[in-house]
Amino acid sequence: MSDAYLQFRAVSKAFPGVQALDNIHMDVQEGSVHALVGENGAGKSTLLKVLSGAHRPSSGHLRVGGKERVFSSTAEAITAGIAVIYQELHLAPKLSVAENLFLGHLPNRWGVVDRGRLATLARQQLAQVGEEIDPSLRVEQLPIAQRQMVEIAKALTRGAKIIAFDEPTSSLSNREAQKLFGIIRQLRSSGHVIIYVSHRLEEIFQIADAVTVFRDGRVVEHFPATKGLSSDVLINRMVGRDIADIYAYAPRAHGPVALQVKGVMGKGLREPASFTVAQGEIVGFFGLVGAGRTELMKLVYGAQRPVRGEISVRGTRLRVRSPKDAINSGLVLCPEDRKDEGIFPVLSVMENINISSRRGGFFGGFWINEHREQVRASGHVKRMAIKTPGLSQKIMNLSGGNQQKTILARWLDENMKVILLDEPTRGIDVGAKQEIYSIIYGLAKQNVAVIVVSSDLPEVLGISDRIIVMREGRIVQSIDRAEATEERILALALPDAESHEGML
Amino acid sequence: MTTTNTTTSQKTIPAASRTTLPSLLGSVWDRMGMLLILIVLFVMVSALVPNFLTRVNLLGLALALTTVGAIACTMLFCLAAGDFDLSAGAVVAMSGMLAAVVINATGSVLLGVAAGILAGGVVGLINGVVIAYMGINALITTLATMQMVQGMAFLVNDGKSVGIREGRFFALGTSSFLGVVTPIWIMLACFVIFGLLLNRTTFGRNTLAIGGNKEAAHLAGIAVARTKVTIFAMQGMIAGLAGIVLSSRMTTGQPNTDTSLVLQVISACVLGGVSLAGGVGTITGMITGVLIMGIVQNVMNLLNIQTFYQYVVSGAILLTAVMLDRLQQIRRKMQNR
Repeated sequence: MSDAYLQFRAVSKAFPGVQALDNIHMDVQEGSVHALVGENGAGKSTLLKVLSGAHRPSSGHLRVGGKERVFSSTAEAITAGIAVIYQELHLAPKLSVAENLFLGHLPNRWGVVDRGRLATLARQQLAQVGEEIDPSLRVEQLPIAQRQMVEIAKALTRGAKIIAFDEPTSSLSNREAQKLFGIIRQLRSSGHVIIYVSHRLEEIFQIADAVTVFRDGRVVEHFPATKGLSSDVLINRMVGRDIADIYAYAPRAHGPVALQVKGVMGKGLREPASFTVAQGEIVGFFGLVGAGRTELMKLVYGAQRPVRGEISVRGTRLRVRSPKDAINSGLVLCPEDRKDEGIFPVLSVMENINISSRRGGFFGGFWINEHREQVRASGHVKRMAIKTPGLSQKIMNLSGGNQQKTILARWLDENMKVILLDEPTRGIDVGAKQEIYSIIYGLAKQNVAVIVVSSDLPEVLGISDRIIVMREGRIVQSIDRAEATEERILALALPDAESHEGML
Repeated sequence: MTTTNTTTSQKTIPAASRTTLPSLLGSVWDRMGMLLILIVLFVMVSALVPNFLTRVNLLGLALALTTVGAIACTMLFCLAAGDFDLSAGAVVAMSGMLAAVVINATGSVLLGVAAGILAGGVVGLINGVVIAYMGINALITTLATMQMVQGMAFLVNDGKSVGIREGRFFALGTSSFLGVVTPIWIMLACFVIFGLLLNRTTFGRNTLAIGGNKEAAHLAGIAVARTKVTIFAMQGMIAGLAGIVLSSRMTTGQPNTDTSLVLQVISACVLGGVSLAGGVGTITGMITGVLIMGIVQNVMNLLNIQTFYQYVVSGAILLTAVMLDRLQQIRRKMQNR
């Protein structure tokens, strides 16, 4: 085999507290479709971002067509002939298809756009991807599948040699997906380099020539051909790891039902959701990105208004219209996106701990008791071993794990009955993870009902008494700890081939 | 197992407690920068500009700041919550006119003052409801209400100013206590009250939290919309009060808006380290900003610099302040990475 057109050489990428990519070596051949598979957070997306210039690798480099490259901006990557087509498309919805195709280099005469030539060129480009789209339509007027074709045509317009797809079929119907595969095969035969990221394993067998399996930021195995390969083997490689027992799980007795959710329906769900959690029980919610777990939690918490459904805490039906109501009833949430929804970055650690203890009344407990807040904050910082130079330190200067502990501390003095933890350990290191697990166990021992939403399968298996699997906006099944295996849960979470209806 | 544990936590420590010299200097600048500039400026002009450091001039300087100073207090809350208010200048004109007309009609100073403050509060309430509950951009909303309120200020007396006939009303603008005139005392009272409100009350801390991260504030159980409405209503009432004090000083209600007033207020806040992105702001910083603006203007007056140049200078100061704010935001982002 000749030298691969695209080579990753010792590429690593570290974020504070996490090694997102660890010494990646990977070769991608010309005229082939190379699939990347792995669980959420395995490193596929980070790798695409290194390829597209959105992230600069901490170390290592790429070789593109024999030249050593490290991209420090997306513009550099585009010039080098790289296009990444993301799940959310990057088109200007209000502009025409033709304008989108040639954005940044519109055909012009002394700065005046040459409409006629633009239309002709656009039609030629669209024909390359076999689409008969009127180039004068605005992008927002097109269905998703056609927008994707426009995105591909745009990549070709820019002379892209390497085209990477990130979950391209997640919002396509089966027929549309087949059409996309047609285009991809065509691109392959014209000598393009195709990278294909998907959770849908059947697709990989349909379209890919080679598969690389990622886990925990590393390449675990490379299969140069997909012949003879089965889903089982791939799933096994995706999950199989030396399971060090960082979870230190011990069974607990459960009390009566603490949280009952009955027929809750709202944005992000496709079917009304019902489930219960007992006092002292830890229930893990597993699903792929977009399965509707976060949305369900926000509905239960009142951050999104449910269309219908009932929520009861310890037998009392809640009237949840805002998070404040939920908190007052002893139901709290630690949000998924720590940076965007959890912390107040420019405020101090002390402020971040105390912020919601002052709710209630028109102005809350209007006058602040500085002393009490200081005692409370320093108590939590000490007990939870939050590493910070001081209480007045801005929380944004802390590591992810310490930020997460600070957000947890916010709720610990509440009369808490139910806690919803959405991705509580995402992006934090092993040590901090263990500390968070022990806080979770401690809460459960005090009869708090705990829900842990996580995309980290071993974690879900490691700490949950019971696991509820969600897929594409619905609850699929609830499995007791004793019966749960990684293979079984992942098989439930992966979408069926038939269910390519697309999310609402 | 234990080995992975220790290596990973070692990796995270430097990120948490990194104190290099530049970042240390940076944080000193964050806290003290403008105060240092104020002190240097004050010493310089005291030494160089004749008649600056006199009791009469300094009291005159303070009096000239009263309108900007009072409104800056509530503007600080608007900015800290991540919004701002352009309508305050028009409210000043409208409330002054309204007070003048009501006082002339009823002969009651109290009624006139109440009418001016209340009218300002209503404008603020409308701003707040539209911005917080309907999610409409603060710039557009307050630009629109500014225009409407300006129109109303003209409508009150057909565009003409109103001479106030009730002499007792002038006490508000001209009486003095301990040798300092009442408007200055009112401004100082605003500094103290809003300083305490920002630092010592849940309302103040929630304001900063909303500006710092609106979504997180909502999820932490803070009533975001209600807090914002309260802030805008407060802002309207203080602008109303400022308008009344101004008309008392002038002994007339003036329907014309001083268009540069709001810009001066926002410049003062931003100079004082209040972030336009929200979440950051202190009363002492804001006061520093107000004083810098005031001294620069006072000095230009003392040096007989033409008003037209003064516009250029005020604008340049605002631009500088905004650029400083931007630089700090960029620095914060870098730290955050």
